[in-house]
Amino acid sequence: MSASQAISTAKAGIDTSIVNLLQSALAVCFGLMIIGLVGFSHIDVLHNAAHDSRHANAFPCH
Amino acid sequence: MSLFRSIVFASVLVGLIVGVAVSAAQFLGTSQLILKAEVYEKAVETSGQHAAASSKDHSALAVHAHEAEAWEPADGFERRAYTVVTNVLTAIGYALVLTGIIAIRGKPVTWREGLLWGLAGFACVVLAPIFGLPPELPGTPSAPLPNRQIWWIGTAFATAASIGLAVFVRKPWAVVAAVVLVAIPHLIGAPAAPDGAHALAPEALEREFIEHAVLTSLVFWLLLGSLSGTLLSRFET
Repeated sequence: MSASQAISTAKAGIDTSIVNLLQSALAVCFGLMIIGLVGFSHIDVLHNAAHDSRHANAFPCH
Repeated sequence: MSLFRSIVFASVLVGLIVGVAVSAAQFLGTSQLILKAEVYEKAVETSGQHAAASSKDHSALAVHAHEAEAWEPADGFERRAYTVVTNVLTAIGYALVLTGIIAIRGKPVTWREGLLWGLAGFACVVLAPIFGLPPELPGTPSAPLPNRQIWWIGTAFATAASIGLAVFVRKPWAVVAAVVLVAIPHLIGAPAAPDGAHALAPEALEREFIEHAVLTSLVFWLLLGSLSGTLLSRFET
Protein backbone atom coordinates (compact mmCIF):
# COMPACT_ATOMS: atom_id res chain seq x y z
CA MET A 1 0.00 0.00 0.00
CA SER A 2 1.42 3.39 -0.99
CA ALA A 3 1.64 6.23 1.49
CA SER A 4 -1.21 8.15 -0.17
CA GLN A 5 -3.45 5.04 -0.12
CA ALA A 6 -2.68 4.50 3.56
CA ILE A 7 -3.58 8.11 4.31
CA SER A 8 -6.87 7.94 2.40
CA THR A 9 -7.80 4.64 4.11
CA ALA A 10 -7.07 6.17 7.50
CA LYS A 11 -9.12 9.24 6.56
CA ALA A 12 -12.05 7.07 5.46
CA GLY A 13 -11.82 5.27 8.81
CA ILE A 14 -12.02 8.55 10.70
CA ASP A 15 -14.93 9.72 8.50
CA THR A 16 -16.84 6.49 9.20
CA SER A 17 -16.28 6.77 12.93
CA ILE A 18 -17.48 10.40 12.93
CA VAL A 19 -20.57 9.43 10.90
CA ASN A 20 -21.26 6.53 13.29
CA LEU A 21 -20.81 8.82 16.28
CA LEU A 22 -23.25 11.37 14.84
CA GLN A 23 -25.80 8.67 13.97
CA SER A 24 -25.59 7.16 17.46
CA ALA A 25 -25.91 10.60 19.06
CA LEU A 26 -28.95 11.32 16.87
CA ALA A 27 -30.56 8.07 18.09
CA VAL A 28 -29.91 9.10 21.71
CA CYS A 29 -31.55 12.51 21.04
CA PHE A 30 -34.59 10.85 19.46
CA GLY A 31 -34.90 8.58 22.49
CA LEU A 32 -34.72 11.54 24.89
CA MET A 33 -37.41 13.36 22.88
CA ILE A 34 -39.78 10.38 23.08
CA ILE A 35 -39.21 10.04 26.85
CA GLY A 36 -39.74 13.79 27.20
CA LEU A 37 -43.10 13.61 25.45
CA VAL A 38 -44.40 10.45 27.13
CA GLY A 39 -43.01 11.02 30.61
CA PHE A 40 -42.77 14.80 31.03
CA SER A 41 -45.17 16.63 28.70
CA HIS A 42 -47.55 19.05 30.47
CA ILE A 43 -50.17 18.71 27.72
CA ASP A 44 -53.29 17.39 29.50
CA VAL A 45 -54.24 14.84 26.85
CA LEU A 46 -50.73 13.33 26.78
CA HIS A 47 -50.63 13.28 30.59
CA ASN A 48 -53.96 11.48 30.84
CA ALA A 49 -53.09 8.92 28.16
CA ALA A 50 -49.74 8.14 29.83
CA HIS A 51 -51.06 8.49 33.42
CA ASP A 52 -50.73 4.91 34.72
CA SER A 53 -47.51 4.38 32.79
CA ARG A 54 -45.97 7.55 34.31
CA HIS A 55 -46.87 6.53 37.86
CA ALA A 56 -45.61 2.95 37.41
CA ASN A 57 -42.38 4.02 35.69
CA ALA A 58 -41.59 6.45 38.53
CA PHE A 59 -41.81 9.68 36.51
CA PRO A 60 -42.91 12.73 38.53
CA CYS A 61 -46.66 13.05 37.89
CA HIS A 62 -49.48 15.54 38.71
CA MET B 1 -27.52 -0.97 6.90
CA SER B 2 -26.56 2.39 8.39
CA LEU B 3 -25.84 2.39 12.10
CA PHE B 4 -28.77 4.76 12.74
CA ARG B 5 -31.23 2.37 11.09
CA SER B 6 -29.79 -0.57 13.03
CA ILE B 7 -30.22 1.31 16.31
CA VAL B 8 -33.79 2.33 15.43
CA PHE B 9 -34.84 -1.18 14.30
CA ALA B 10 -33.27 -2.79 17.37
CA SER B 11 -34.87 -0.19 19.70
CA VAL B 12 -38.36 -0.50 18.22
CA LEU B 13 -38.24 -4.29 18.53
CA VAL B 14 -36.89 -4.06 22.10
CA GLY B 15 -39.53 -1.45 22.96
CA LEU B 16 -42.38 -3.61 21.68
CA ILE B 17 -41.25 -6.67 23.65
CA VAL B 18 -40.39 -4.82 26.88
CA GLY B 19 -43.42 -2.49 26.72
CA VAL B 20 -45.90 -5.34 26.33
CA ALA B 21 -44.21 -7.55 28.96
CA VAL B 22 -44.04 -4.73 31.51
CA SER B 23 -47.65 -3.71 30.83
CA ALA B 24 -48.75 -7.25 31.71
CA ALA B 25 -46.80 -7.00 34.99
CA GLN B 26 -48.27 -3.55 35.70
CA PHE B 27 -51.84 -4.73 35.14
CA LEU B 28 -51.31 -7.32 37.88
CA GLY B 29 -49.68 -4.82 40.25
CA THR B 30 -49.33 -1.06 39.95
CA SER B 31 -52.44 -0.42 37.81
CA GLN B 32 -54.72 -2.06 40.37
CA LEU B 33 -53.12 -0.07 43.20
CA ILE B 34 -53.59 3.17 41.22
CA LEU B 35 -57.30 2.34 40.82
CA LYS B 36 -57.58 1.72 44.58
CA ALA B 37 -55.86 5.05 45.32
CA GLU B 38 -58.21 6.86 42.95
CA VAL B 39 -61.16 5.71 45.04
CA TYR B 40 -59.74 7.78 47.95
CA GLU B 41 -58.91 10.65 45.62
CA LYS B 42 -62.42 10.76 44.14
CA ALA B 43 -64.03 10.48 47.57
CA VAL B 44 -62.22 13.66 48.65
CA GLU B 45 -63.12 15.43 45.41
CA THR B 46 -66.81 14.71 45.80
CA SER B 47 -66.90 15.57 49.52
CA GLY B 48 -66.06 19.16 48.69
CA GLN B 49 -62.95 19.35 50.86
CA HIS B 50 -60.99 19.40 47.69
CA ALA B 51 -62.65 22.58 46.39
CA ALA B 52 -61.77 24.38 49.61
CA ALA B 53 -58.15 23.23 49.43
CA SER B 54 -57.68 24.17 45.80
CA SER B 55 -58.99 27.70 46.28
CA LYS B 56 -56.33 28.40 48.90
CA ASP B 57 -53.19 27.17 47.20
CA HIS B 58 -51.78 25.67 44.05
CA SER B 59 -51.37 22.22 45.54
CA ALA B 60 -50.82 19.12 43.47
CA LEU B 61 -54.46 18.23 43.97
CA ALA B 62 -55.60 21.49 42.40
CA VAL B 63 -53.47 20.76 39.33
CA HIS B 64 -54.93 17.28 39.12
CA ALA B 65 -58.50 18.58 39.29
CA HIS B 66 -57.75 20.91 36.41
CA GLU B 67 -56.30 18.07 34.36
CA ALA B 68 -59.37 15.93 34.95
CA GLU B 69 -61.37 18.33 32.78
CA ALA B 70 -59.40 17.33 29.68
CA TRP B 71 -59.96 14.13 27.72
CA GLU B 72 -58.91 10.95 29.48
CA PRO B 73 -59.22 7.32 28.46
CA ALA B 74 -62.28 5.51 29.82
CA ASP B 75 -61.57 2.99 32.60
CA GLY B 76 -61.15 -0.58 31.42
CA PHE B 77 -59.93 -1.57 27.98
CA GLU B 78 -59.25 1.93 26.67
CA ARG B 79 -57.18 2.96 29.68
CA ARG B 80 -55.18 -0.27 29.54
CA ALA B 81 -54.60 0.13 25.80
CA TYR B 82 -53.13 3.61 26.34
CA THR B 83 -50.96 2.25 29.15
CA VAL B 84 -49.59 -0.41 26.77
CA VAL B 85 -48.94 2.18 24.04
CA THR B 86 -47.19 4.60 26.39
CA ASN B 87 -45.15 1.79 28.00
CA VAL B 88 -44.02 0.67 24.52
CA LEU B 89 -43.11 4.28 23.64
CA THR B 90 -41.23 4.73 26.94
CA ALA B 91 -39.34 1.48 26.30
CA ILE B 92 -38.51 2.54 22.70
CA GLY B 93 -37.26 5.89 24.01
CA TYR B 94 -35.04 4.33 26.68
CA ALA B 95 -33.85 1.64 24.20
CA LEU B 96 -32.81 4.36 21.71
CA VAL B 97 -30.79 6.08 24.43
CA LEU B 98 -29.20 2.86 25.72
CA THR B 99 -28.45 1.37 22.29
CA GLY B 100 -27.19 4.75 21.06
CA ILE B 101 -24.73 4.96 23.96
CA ILE B 102 -23.65 1.31 23.39
CA ALA B 103 -23.04 2.21 19.72
CA ILE B 104 -21.07 5.35 20.67
CA ARG B 105 -18.82 3.17 22.80
CA GLY B 106 -18.40 0.96 19.74
CA LYS B 107 -17.92 -2.47 21.35
CA PRO B 108 -20.43 -5.29 20.82
CA VAL B 109 -22.42 -6.19 23.95
CA THR B 110 -23.49 -9.72 24.93
CA TRP B 111 -26.80 -10.30 26.72
CA ARG B 112 -24.92 -10.68 30.02
CA GLU B 113 -23.16 -7.34 29.59
CA GLY B 114 -26.52 -5.99 28.45
CA LEU B 115 -27.91 -6.87 31.88
CA LEU B 116 -25.26 -4.58 33.42
CA TRP B 117 -26.23 -1.78 30.98
CA GLY B 118 -29.83 -2.34 32.04
CA LEU B 119 -28.88 -2.17 35.72
CA ALA B 120 -27.08 1.11 35.03
CA GLY B 121 -30.26 2.48 33.42
CA PHE B 122 -32.30 1.30 36.41
CA ALA B 123 -29.85 3.04 38.76
CA CYS B 124 -30.16 6.33 36.81
CA VAL B 125 -33.94 6.65 36.44
CA VAL B 126 -35.36 4.55 39.30
CA LEU B 127 -32.85 3.92 42.08
CA ALA B 128 -31.27 7.39 42.28
CA PRO B 129 -34.50 9.44 42.05
CA ILE B 130 -36.28 7.13 44.53
CA PHE B 131 -34.37 8.68 47.47
CA GLY B 132 -35.94 12.07 46.82
CA LEU B 133 -39.02 11.34 44.73
CA PRO B 134 -40.29 7.78 45.23
CA PRO B 135 -42.96 6.47 42.82
CA GLU B 136 -46.27 8.02 43.90
CA LEU B 137 -49.90 6.99 43.97
CA PRO B 138 -52.48 9.54 42.80
CA GLY B 139 -53.41 11.81 45.72
CA THR B 140 -49.91 11.92 47.24
CA PRO B 141 -48.94 15.49 48.23
CA SER B 142 -45.95 16.87 46.37
CA ALA B 143 -44.05 20.00 45.32
CA PRO B 144 -44.94 21.78 42.03
CA LEU B 145 -44.47 19.46 39.04
CA PRO B 146 -41.83 21.48 37.09
CA ASN B 147 -39.52 21.60 40.16
CA ARG B 148 -39.79 17.85 40.65
CA GLN B 149 -39.22 17.18 36.95
CA ILE B 150 -36.06 19.33 36.93
CA TRP B 151 -34.68 17.54 40.00
CA TRP B 152 -35.55 14.13 38.53
CA ILE B 153 -33.90 14.88 35.16
CA GLY B 154 -30.82 16.38 36.87
CA THR B 155 -30.50 13.35 39.14
CA ALA B 156 -30.81 10.90 36.22
CA PHE B 157 -28.16 12.73 34.15
CA ALA B 158 -25.77 13.18 37.11
CA THR B 159 -26.05 9.48 37.97
CA ALA B 160 -25.51 8.46 34.33
CA ALA B 161 -22.41 10.66 34.09
CA SER B 162 -21.18 9.28 37.40
CA ILE B 163 -21.54 5.64 36.26
CA GLY B 164 -19.88 6.49 32.92
CA LEU B 165 -16.88 8.06 34.68
CA ALA B 166 -16.48 5.25 37.23
CA VAL B 167 -16.83 2.39 34.73
CA PHE B 168 -15.15 3.71 31.57
CA VAL B 169 -12.49 6.19 32.73
CA ARG B 170 -11.26 4.31 35.82
CA LYS B 171 -8.75 6.96 36.91
CA PRO B 172 -8.59 8.21 40.52
CA TRP B 173 -9.89 11.67 39.54
CA ALA B 174 -12.79 10.05 37.64
CA VAL B 175 -13.82 8.03 40.69
CA VAL B 176 -13.75 11.17 42.85
CA ALA B 177 -15.78 13.07 40.23
CA ALA B 178 -18.22 10.13 40.05
CA VAL B 179 -18.80 10.18 43.81
CA VAL B 180 -19.33 13.95 43.79
CA LEU B 181 -21.71 13.77 40.82
CA VAL B 182 -23.84 11.00 42.30
CA ALA B 183 -24.09 12.87 45.63
CA ILE B 184 -24.85 16.42 44.39
CA PRO B 185 -28.59 15.96 43.62
CA HIS B 186 -29.13 14.40 47.07
CA LEU B 187 -27.17 17.15 48.82
CA ILE B 188 -29.34 19.72 47.05
CA GLY B 189 -32.39 17.64 47.97
CA ALA B 190 -35.61 16.93 46.08
CA PRO B 191 -38.38 19.57 46.16
CA ALA B 192 -40.44 18.81 49.27
CA ALA B 193 -44.22 18.49 49.54
CA PRO B 194 -46.03 21.44 51.18
CA ASP B 195 -46.07 21.38 55.00
CA GLY B 196 -49.08 19.77 56.62
CA ALA B 197 -50.26 17.99 53.47
CA HIS B 198 -51.06 14.31 53.80
CA ALA B 199 -51.57 11.47 51.34
CA LEU B 200 -55.14 10.45 50.55
CA ALA B 201 -54.41 6.73 50.24
CA PRO B 202 -53.32 4.69 53.31
CA GLU B 203 -49.57 4.41 53.89
CA ALA B 204 -49.61 0.62 53.41
CA LEU B 205 -51.06 1.06 49.91
CA GLU B 206 -48.39 3.65 49.09
CA ARG B 207 -45.62 1.28 50.28
CA GLU B 208 -47.06 -1.61 48.29
CA PHE B 209 -47.16 0.62 45.22
CA ILE B 210 -43.50 1.62 45.60
CA GLU B 211 -42.46 -2.05 45.94
CA HIS B 212 -44.44 -3.06 42.84
CA ALA B 213 -43.21 -0.07 40.80
CA VAL B 214 -39.55 -0.71 41.68
CA LEU B 215 -39.74 -4.45 40.96
CA THR B 216 -41.56 -3.93 37.65
CA SER B 217 -39.01 -1.28 36.67
CA LEU B 218 -36.16 -3.66 37.50
CA VAL B 219 -37.66 -6.28 35.16
CA PHE B 220 -38.17 -3.51 32.56
CA TRP B 221 -34.50 -2.49 32.66
CA LEU B 222 -32.98 -6.00 32.81
CA LEU B 223 -35.04 -7.00 29.75
CA LEU B 224 -34.29 -3.71 27.99
CA GLY B 225 -30.54 -3.98 28.62
CA SER B 226 -30.06 -7.60 27.62
CA LEU B 227 -32.25 -7.27 24.50
CA SER B 228 -30.73 -3.93 23.38
CA GLY B 229 -27.20 -5.32 23.49
CA THR B 230 -27.91 -8.53 21.61
CA LEU B 231 -30.34 -7.11 19.04
CA LEU B 232 -28.00 -4.27 18.05
CA SER B 233 -25.24 -6.83 17.39
CA ARG B 234 -27.70 -8.87 15.26
CA PHE B 235 -28.75 -5.87 13.15
CA GLU B 236 -25.17 -4.71 12.76
CA THR B 237 -23.92 -7.96 11.17
